[in-house]
Amino acid sequence: MMQKVYTKIESIVGNVITVRADGVKNGDLAIVTTSHGESYANVIKLDRDMVSLQVFSGAQGISTGDQVRFLGVPMRVSYSEDLLGRVFTGSGVPRDKGPALTENMIEIGGPSVNPAKRIIPRNMIRTGIPMIDVFNTLVESQKLPIFSVSGEPYNQLLARIAMQAEVDLIILGGMGLKYDDYLFFKDTLEKSGAMSRTIMFIHTASDPTVECMLVPDMALAVAERFAIDGKKVLVLLTDMTNFADAMKEMAITMDQVPSNRGYPGDLYSSLASRYEKAVDFEGAGSVTILAVTTMPGDDVTHPVPDNTGYITEGQYYLKGGRIEPFGSLSRLKQQVNKDTRDDHRALMDGMIKLYSAYKESLEKKSMGFQMSEWDDKLLKYGELFESKLMDLSVNIPLEQALDLGWEILAECFEPNETGLKSDLILSRWPKKVS
Amino acid sequence: MAKNKGRVTGVNGNMVTVEFDGAISKNEVGYIHVGGTRLKSEVIRINGRTASLQVFEMTNGVAVGDSVEFSDEMLSVELGPGLLTQIYDGLQNPLPDLAAKCGFFLQRGVYLDPIPDRDWAFTPSVHVGDSVRPADAIGTVPEGLFTHQIMVPFSFADVPWTVVSIKEKGVYNVRDVIAVVKDPKGNERNLTMVFSWPVKKAITRYEERLRPDETMVTKVRIIDTFLPVAKGGTYCVPGPFGAGKTVLQHLTSRNADVDIVIIAACGERAGEVVEVLKEFPELIDPKTGRSLMERTIIICNTSSMPVAAREASVYTAVTMAEYYRQMGLDVLLLADSTSRWAQAMREMSGRLEEIPGEEAFPAYLESRIAEFYERAGKVRLRNGRVGSVTIGGTVSPAGGNFEEPVTQATLKVVGAFHGLSRERSDARKYPAIHPMESWSKYTGIIDDSKVEYARSILFRSNEINQMMKVVGEEGTSVDDYVIYQKGELLDSVYLQQNSFDPVDSAVLPERQEETFDVLFHILGSIYDLEDKKEVRLFFNEVRQKFLDWNNVEQKSERFGQLEEELTELYRSKAVGFDPVAEKLLSGGAR
Repeated sequence: MMQKVYTKIESIVGNVITVRADGVKNGDLAIVTTSHGESYANVIKLDRDMVSLQVFSGAQGISTGDQVRFLGVPMRVSYSEDLLGRVFTGSGVPRDKGPALTENMIEIGGPSVNPAKRIIPRNMIRTGIPMIDVFNTLVESQKLPIFSVSGEPYNQLLARIAMQAEVDLIILGGMGLKYDDYLFFKDTLEKSGAMSRTIMFIHTASDPTVECMLVPDMALAVAERFAIDGKKVLVLLTDMTNFADAMKEMAITMDQVPSNRGYPGDLYSSLASRYEKAVDFEGAGSVTILAVTTMPGDDVTHPVPDNTGYITEGQYYLKGGRIEPFGSLSRLKQQVNKDTRDDHRALMDGMIKLYSAYKESLEKKSMGFQMSEWDDKLLKYGELFESKLMDLSVNIPLEQALDLGWEILAECFEPNETGLKSDLILSRWPKKVS
Repeated sequence: MAKNKGRVTGVNGNMVTVEFDGAISKNEVGYIHVGGTRLKSEVIRINGRTASLQVFEMTNGVAVGDSVEFSDEMLSVELGPGLLTQIYDGLQNPLPDLAAKCGFFLQRGVYLDPIPDRDWAFTPSVHVGDSVRPADAIGTVPEGLFTHQIMVPFSFADVPWTVVSIKEKGVYNVRDVIAVVKDPKGNERNLTMVFSWPVKKAITRYEERLRPDETMVTKVRIIDTFLPVAKGGTYCVPGPFGAGKTVLQHLTSRNADVDIVIIAACGERAGEVVEVLKEFPELIDPKTGRSLMERTIIICNTSSMPVAAREASVYTAVTMAEYYRQMGLDVLLLADSTSRWAQAMREMSGRLEEIPGEEAFPAYLESRIAEFYERAGKVRLRNGRVGSVTIGGTVSPAGGNFEEPVTQATLKVVGAFHGLSRERSDARKYPAIHPMESWSKYTGIIDDSKVEYARSILFRSNEINQMMKVVGEEGTSVDDYVIYQKGELLDSVYLQQNSFDPVDSAVLPERQEETFDVLFHILGSIYDLEDKKEVRLFFNEVRQKFLDWNNVEQKSERFGQLEEELTELYRSKAVGFDPVAEKLLSGGAR
């Protein structure tokens, strides 16, 4: 194999170095050896014999006389059961004390699934969170971001879903994670015993930017393989805004013309090619993606959440420590909530309509208008709804949540005030509330 | 003829620069040899001996020095019987066949025959010695619901060609030679049922273009009555995410009163295409009683598929639309979403290091968009038949803001604008087309002046609503309050439509006329109502009755009953007509 070593680096700009070399293929991996150690790099541009590489560990401290050795293969990741319970960096180097894995290497960023081979999603993923299970059901093979402002407990939410979701495998991709958050995920998963079915690719805020960009591809390549081998995989990505920011940094280093607020023109395609890895393989497993997208300044029109919204199948909108029923949407819920329980859809719609009426009453109240009897009922309902169903600490199965919904309704309203169909009321209305 | 060759000198994303010998042309297709595969690409810039190619695949593994083979042909699609019911990617690769061959993933460098290899029952329509021109039919084959015209290739010189031989009626393979023709100089050419055409060139083999003056019925009330689309016209549907663009397009693709629908899923979610793929074969077209798939072609280049092919996909789709138009058929092309197509142009423009325009879109964005929509049109063919291509494109403006370049460039060239509003979709008012901001330059199925009258009520009602937010209901006069309620009624019983209700989801024009007539009488009446409470109760009752009426089959007995009840209800309080409305009513036909 060609293992020629090049020792003259022509330019170093940002995290990109350029060397003169022949016979190099686009996307190939190389090892840069400096006085501080070794780093992987991959080819991102070719211009005659000028080869541009992005250095995974960053170009800091690289000297023009350092060595570049091309490996003749693209970026890959090891795939086997040995990955389970392990923690890696964005470039696949162990973060824990375990051995490096080099067996059965697979390429990352592979081709897209043929749309003709896709199937209509059909299985609900239960999370034990009523605001998800009842109101915006998560569906196997769905791609769904959590839109959130910084400071919201989005990582706690992810961790909870990870532990409770009925899946075979969890792959956590951390991008720009605070070290504390990384430790939080690790501790939580270890404590709950879920670590043995978890694989982590972690880039923390202090790690080199280029590795941040690799995290989703590494995580998704592994997820895809496990799915083909029949596993139900849940991929958690946090935070995709950091990923987009890493792309922005790279694009500007490469002198690309920015399109919107400095982000490169291919932001949409780059996000889409990752999110579209969510899939249900007929006769095999599936990949479901739950990602965090923090919205700078709570602005949903910011390029990252905006482009994400066009790509994903809905979003959970986390605000004030709760999943907001307005603004949250699971586009796939219709595929599954008809088969859960006969009252699921009607109760979901009815309760949301009443909650929306509660919001109006609340506004009226805050403006000093007089409260009618109906307003008082709504106010009581809203408070119960928020404390018994919306609170993130609530952890009950779907059926129990639906029953609880009926109880809340019965506690606040007469049956004919709910707008629900008579036959449902007949069969579901709680007989007597003491 | 010897094909030109070249060598790769640089790679930047999906753009490859190539040094070539001989002469090559812009938009010519070249194949880059990487290992054992050939990657299809298109020449988009030539500078001296160097050409820039956009590659329709991922460029991993391409190295400097790799050989490139030019095809001497522009990026083309194959046209012939068998296109209908197919599912293609942006380059006309049949996706189901690809899946059968390669499995779950789209393997790069695999290009399959787009036209199914099968036999057709051919009936000739010309004789030996007859003179034919390009686009003239030489025979027909039955393709599902249609009589598919086998035509002289459009690319032939526009001179009289003499039929030298023609196969008699019988069953032939799609690639069999079925006729031989010669030009005035005696050069003979073999004809099969298939020929190709470069996608970026409009097909202009027709006699003349006509004004699009016939409404294309979509069975959506707000469109057909208030914001109509014409056969051969163009319209756009911009809207923020979650406002229901794709749902509206799916509804249109099912219900539109045209012969053929081509769906170009351009850079959107794969899941949405899957719904169409799985549902259409099961759905029955009420007009023909056959599966909807039989009148449908799907071009599907979803968001994770290569970007350059996305750019090509809308052209692939419109070329097929023009091909069927040449047979005198009405074709509707739905492109979802043109913003993704524009973004693909932007990505390429960036790689070419062109000077960027607004939001980094290339300077030629507007002319490309105009060029694309101009391929729509109603035409009279040389044989006197009339065919049309209607184009409806969705736009996905960044942040839902219509002031961005793609929306603006599109608005300049389309004939109707169906702007979706986040406000309306949040309020669950579907279809979320904004009735006041949207416009159409085409004529609808209902008398214009009556529609204008209804629209004016909507505007007034909206003004009063705005005012009420400030002064409260107390500060509003009863007369104004009636107008406000009339506007709300119009909105909830006519502009909104329940796409999940089997009856309400698709409303035939006859029914729209009947419904609108009753609604017009209600809107045009003056009522004897005491106070606002009475007004509110009255309109609540009317609305409930009207909605019930909307949900029953037109042919049922109940339909007539409810209509009577509704009429009785509004007449019970009516004391005459508003003079303007009365004039319109008495004007009758005029």
